[in-house]
Amino acid sequence: MSNISLKTEIAGIKMNSPIMTASGTFGFGEEFADFVDFNKLGASVVKGTTLKPRSGNKGVRITETPAGMLNCIGLENPGVEAFLQDILPRIKKYNCPVIVNISGNTVEEYGELAKMLDVPDVAAVELNVSCPNVKEGGIAFGVEPDSMSRVIESAKKNTNKPVIIKLSPNVTDIVMMAKAAEKAGADVISLINTLMGMAIDVNTWKPVLGNITGGLSGPAVKPVALRMVWQVRQAVKLPIIGMGGIMNATDAIEFMLAGADAVAVGTANFVQPDIINKIYDDLEKYLKEKNLTNIKQIVGKLQA
Amino acid sequence: MTLPKHELIDGKVIRHEQIGSNDVYLLDIDIFTDAEQYAAGQFVQLQVPDGEILLRRPISIADVNGTRIILIYRAIGKGTKRLTRVQCGDTVNILAPLGHGFNLDCQKPLLVGGGLGIAPLILLAKRFKGKADILMGCKNAAEMDWPVKMYDNITAENIITTDDGSMGLKGFTAQHLPDVLAKKAYDKIFVCGPEIMMKSVAEIAKQHNIACEVSLEKRMACGLGACLSCTIETTRGRQKVCKDGPVFVSQEVFFNE
Repeated sequence: MSNISLKTEIAGIKMNSPIMTASGTFGFGEEFADFVDFNKLGASVVKGTTLKPRSGNKGVRITETPAGMLNCIGLENPGVEAFLQDILPRIKKYNCPVIVNISGNTVEEYGELAKMLDVPDVAAVELNVSCPNVKEGGIAFGVEPDSMSRVIESAKKNTNKPVIIKLSPNVTDIVMMAKAAEKAGADVISLINTLMGMAIDVNTWKPVLGNITGGLSGPAVKPVALRMVWQVRQAVKLPIIGMGGIMNATDAIEFMLAGADAVAVGTANFVQPDIINKIYDDLEKYLKEKNLTNIKQIVGKLQA
Repeated sequence: MTLPKHELIDGKVIRHEQIGSNDVYLLDIDIFTDAEQYAAGQFVQLQVPDGEILLRRPISIADVNGTRIILIYRAIGKGTKRLTRVQCGDTVNILAPLGHGFNLDCQKPLLVGGGLGIAPLILLAKRFKGKADILMGCKNAAEMDWPVKMYDNITAENIITTDDGSMGLKGFTAQHLPDVLAKKAYDKIFVCGPEIMMKSVAEIAKQHNIACEVSLEKRMACGLGACLSCTIETTRGRQKVCKDGPVFVSQEVFFNE
């Protein structure tokens, strides 16, 4: 299939394929080294990183729900310094762009994180303004356009790398948030983060999750994510990374037809650790069957 | 960091039957690869062959035989209940081997198992080639049926407890542990069972100054150390049950008591 190309580029980041990983589902990439061919992965979006190490939430952190799962990990991570000193030197050998998902408690912390991560081996930062599982900080940056814009501006001022804003689906109007992100200077929009949900144990009358609520992911959220990508595509010009329940190449193609320039695979990594390879191979087959040569040819081609 | 090599394997079900009165099942799978290399205490992530079940289910390796692995599980939730419908000859996908197993470095081992926690100690007992004793407990004689059969001839001595006294000694394993320790000079205890039982056993081991390893159980999604569903606080900092465990030195994980 030498004439078929899955190569793409987002905000100047050259990628071998439009297939990325969703933050929090791929560790730092090395956990999947036995399974994933990093030449097939467009970019590795690593675990959400904060200024200081975080131990995350107590109690039960995941539970399976119909066609999905709820998680409330609570941003457990070793902190940005450990990432830069210990982890980044280890994972750069995979020769796959590394995108770091960052979370701050304040607007200034996003800027500080973006500055620290403006290093050669980091391709971009993705702003997590909508982790549904973290209580402290007090401000839900991602559900209100002004605070989200200030976070974007803070990051942009402090780095020369592309800044990706990850939108929360837990808003009334996703299009309004996307437009605000574009206006604030974001380079790329990724969506969707998890949908806030919960589960209850009817025998104990207690919430299943230690954090009571958690983020829903997996096939259950795909129709919602797809709809949001489609709506946002029509409203903004920025490149879009679509995600939400992508389990196979067909799902990935749906997101790209709806307008996503790239896609991110999340929960599926837990189910099938070599799923990235399979989606890559199946995307190639799809292009061949459709007599297409370049994956970019399907982006936004939904005939609605 | 060097991670152990993990594989996705399509296995074939050779035997699948209910062996315990309380919904305990035995699954014997040919994985067409050398299973003898797996360490006692390691586990697999098994994909329940049904599109409705999303996440893999972590199940400890109870025993191995050439290219076959034996899994013993309890049909307690939606996933494991669906798993009971798997037929002989069916293909099941497993992710294996996962985690780190027990450290066998000792002269006179005592295994302590409670309920389904008795299962992963089978392979451990076999690896000790008959020199281990086991103290094992279940609710009643009916539930003790499969452990008695499984441990026939693989240990030096089997000490049985049941909560209701319908077989062996009446009460919990931990209640009888001091007596057991008084009779022989054990130099290491390996325990698997409910957390409350493991904590009691670990405490008694500490009082007797005997080394103790515990096999922990936590909800997990990936089994590869990526999702961070199963992390715990230890004296060595935060550890992942799936990758750094599931076997830990007891005093590293039960340090609050």
